[in-house]
Formats: sequence, C-alpha cells, structure tokens
Amino acid sequence: MSLKLPIYMDYHATTPLDPRVLEAMLPYFTETFGNAASRTHRFGWTAEAAVEDARETIAQFIGADSGKEIVFTSGATESDNLAIKGVAEYYKSRGNHIITTVIEHKAVLDSCKRLEKEGFEVTYLPVDSTGMVDPEAVRAAITDKTLLVSVMLANNEVGTIQPIREIGAITREKKVLFHCDAVQGLGKTPFDVKEMNVDLASLTAHKLYGPKGVGALYIRRSKPRVRLVAQMDGGGHERGNRSGTLNVPSIVGFAKACRIMQEEGEEEARRIQALRDRLHDRIRARLDLVTLNGHPERRLAGNLNLSFSFVEGEGLMMAIKDVAVSSGSACTSASLEPSYVLRAMGLDEELAHSSIRFGLGRFTTEAEVDYVADLVVEKVNRLRDMSPLYEMFKEGVDLKSIQWTPH
Amino acid sequence: MSYSNKVIEHYENPRNVGTLDKEDPQVGTGLVGAPACGDVMRLQIKVNDDGVIEDARFKTFGCGSAIASSSLATEWIKGKTVAEAEALKNSQIAEELSLPPVKIHCSVLAEDAIKSAIEDYRQKKAARAALEGTAPTALEGTDS
Repeated sequence: MSLKLPIYMDYHATTPLDPRVLEAMLPYFTETFGNAASRTHRFGWTAEAAVEDARETIAQFIGADSGKEIVFTSGATESDNLAIKGVAEYYKSRGNHIITTVIEHKAVLDSCKRLEKEGFEVTYLPVDSTGMVDPEAVRAAITDKTLLVSVMLANNEVGTIQPIREIGAITREKKVLFHCDAVQGLGKTPFDVKEMNVDLASLTAHKLYGPKGVGALYIRRSKPRVRLVAQMDGGGHERGNRSGTLNVPSIVGFAKACRIMQEEGEEEARRIQALRDRLHDRIRARLDLVTLNGHPERRLAGNLNLSFSFVEGEGLMMAIKDVAVSSGSACTSASLEPSYVLRAMGLDEELAHSSIRFGLGRFTTEAEVDYVADLVVEKVNRLRDMSPLYEMFKEGVDLKSIQWTPH
Repeated sequence: MSYSNKVIEHYENPRNVGTLDKEDPQVGTGLVGAPACGDVMRLQIKVNDDGVIEDARFKTFGCGSAIASSSLATEWIKGKTVAEAEALKNSQIAEELSLPPVKIHCSVLAEDAIKSAIEDYRQKKAARAALEGTAPTALEGTDS
C-alpha cells in the first residue's frame, strides 16, 4: 500500500477540515453571505437562521438547555479569556479567589495571571503523576471568597481526562461557578454540561474537524444563571456577551462538525484507540526504556505521549521529519524550559526533554501507524548509538551521580 | 523551526561519532551540558606526541543543532594542534551552521566540550609528568 508523506500525527494541535464540513460551509461564503445581524432583509434572515440552527446543534451536542446558552467567539483562547475575566469582573464584589490547575492551557493560566495583577488570588492545583487533578483538592481549596473553578476536560499534551463530573458535583454543592476548557476532549470523551454541572465551557471547532477561527463559550442560563462582563466593546452581538459580526460559514461548519461527532464519535474513538494501541505496542515491543506519559486508561483515544530515554525530543523529531508530531522538549520553545505539563506531573526534566506526543485522528490509517512505528524504532536506536547518556547507562554509570554543568 | 542545510547535512551524516578509550593517556575527554537542560556532549581527542589532535570523537544527546555543532567541532579540530583547537570560537561554529539565536548555546556547548577535553588531556599529562618527576620507578606500576 502506498503511503503519502508527510504523515500528520499532531491531531491535538489541529485537525483537517472534514470534507462534509467544507461542503456545508461553502454556500455561506457566496450565496448565503448575509450579515446575521441584518434584520431588514432576507439575506440577513437566512444567515441568522443558519446561525440559530448551529447554536441549537452545538447546545444539544454538549447537553445544554438551549442555543441561547451558546456565545460564538473566535476560538478557545477568546472563550477562556471571556469566561475567566468576564466572570471575575462581574462577580468581583462577591469574592476575589479563583481555582485552576497547573496543567491548564496558557489561555486559562495567563488569564488568571492577569487577574492576579488586578488583585485576584489564584490557587493553582497540582496534578498527580498521571496528570490527574484530585477533586478533593478542589474542595479543600474553595473558600468563601472563591468565585470560579476552571479545570480542563482533557489535557492537550498527555491526554489525561479530568474528573469533571466529580469536580462539578463539588462546585455545585459549594455554590461556586465551574468553567471547563473542553477543547481537547470535546467529541472524544463524554461531555455533558448538565450532567456534569458545568457552568461555562470553552469549545473550538478546529480540534474536531471543523474550521479554524471559530469557537464558542457555553454560558449557563439557569440554576444558576451565569453573568459576565463582555471583554470587547461593539455592537452588542451575542446578547451583549461578544460583539462582532458573526463568522457565519465557520459557525455552520462548527455545527456540522459537532453533528458528525455526535453521530460517529463513539465508534471513531474505538477505531482511533485501536490504532493508538497498535502504535504503542509496535514501539514498545522493539524498544526498551520507553515511558508512557499520562494516565494509562483515562486518556484521549488519539493521544500517545512517550518518553524515549537518552534521546532528546527535538533531535528525534528531526529524524522523523516526515511525521508531524510535537515534543515536550525545551528546544521547541524559546524559553528552553521543557513542558510545564510534564514537569507538573513530576517527570524528570531529562524525560520531559525526551518526550514525543503522537496525536492520531479521523484520517489516520493502519499503514501510517506501522510506518511511524518502524521509523521511530529505527531512529531511536540510531540516536541512542550517538547518545553519551545511553552509553553511560549501558556501562552502569548512575547518571544522577554525575556533576553536570547546566548551562 | 527550520534548520539550515548544513545542520541537516551534519545531522544526517554525522562525522566522528564514537568513543575513544578514556583511560588512554593520549586521550582527553570532555563531558559538558546536563540531561536536565536537554543537551549533553561528550567530545574526545587523541593527541600525538607532536601535540597534534590525530583523532576526535563525539557522542551527543541533544537537538539537531547540538549534534551538528559537535560533529562540525570534531571535523575542524582533527589534524589541528591543541593550541589551534583551543582557539576555536563558538561563533565560528554558529556562523558555519547558520544557527538561529535560540540555538547559539549549542555552539557554546561545542566550544566548551573542546576546551574541557583539552583540559582533561593536560591534566592527565601533568599528572603523568609529576609521577615521572617524583617517582620515576613507580611509572611502570601505574601503567598496568
């Protein structure tokens, strides 16, 4: 079977648009191009109808009561900012404390950091070695000043699925608002805002085979009714929560992507997990000293995050350059610090530098998995032959006993 | 990040990968960097009686630029005198490989590795000379 290179295995970063999504979007660029806010003519009405239909679809997909609870945004970063800063600003007379975790996306962490500068207090909860947050730690951190808890549905680096239902039960009991950055898990693991007592949820289209540049924020309208202060001034679109002309084609595409996920997601996850396990098995059967990062079971079906001891991640990525993956290695960042997520899980810095994230998805094939497994095995062996650390390890040298010269 | 062609060339065809006997009195070994930083280079030189580096070997744990920097370093110092090798600057490596600013530390590490290997070689030589000077009769014993 012929294989097309390069191979995409970075589905956590983004996903290709599903052709069915593209097909649904196309008429909204040229024929039905109206401004959904135009109330005076048919062009506007048809666009508005498409948007309202999309709103309902997305609301239903996440178990929300109504489309009125969906606010369209430019993507997850904006949704996270709007949720956290908007809630903090609206409720600041009631308290000044926010709880989140050390492994959140930067859009959450940096929004919290911004609020800290404005006088808010933020608790950053730790995670265990599998990247899991302890719901009881959330309970323990809640004070009478706590406004909001923000925990992601699934981690983007190691794929660990968080105990959202358990945390939601606690925040509901304590009458604290609960925001969930659901970006990575949406459509891939069960997510239901009602069942899980989530009050705000950040969503994005491009992680589930929809277009880039469109996302949504779910804002609960009853029990409790959540209010927030808009972070952008303008025409008062989206019930005053987010001004700006709606991106109708992308919103239509977002909804189509959700509909496909709703119909096919479960079966797809099973298929992807089988491929993921096949990749893992074929690598570990032929290589020693390979560590799985993240939770062994409670992880996204498409996520395989491995550390190859004594091989540096970026060096390995260069060796498998026809395969698009990502690494927790420092060298991929300007800061020269390895992944904060892996560090937060207590992983040795050396292993953090040696990590590779394989992200499998809808269009991954068995032939690709086999090709990648063979390539990784070959290249890890080659780089280990060039690695002084591997040689020292084989000679029985305790690498921890050496006086290294950090630079 | 995209790599320069020279980095890719050295990465794909690294020169002088390997290990010299670190117990050999003519061999100097430099081990620099730290696993926690994501770069470790081991560079070894074998110096003949004329003070010329007749062989150089490396093994590197690191990114493509680190591997290329150490490969180039061994290529350049082979056949040079110890003094010439010592004068090699990281900027020359960085320039030859067109390293971007974020990768300059890879060339610094290569320079450090050369200096460290030379230092090790000199220390061994000095220790041997000291032994020869103070207790020449004991020399045979130390070689065993």
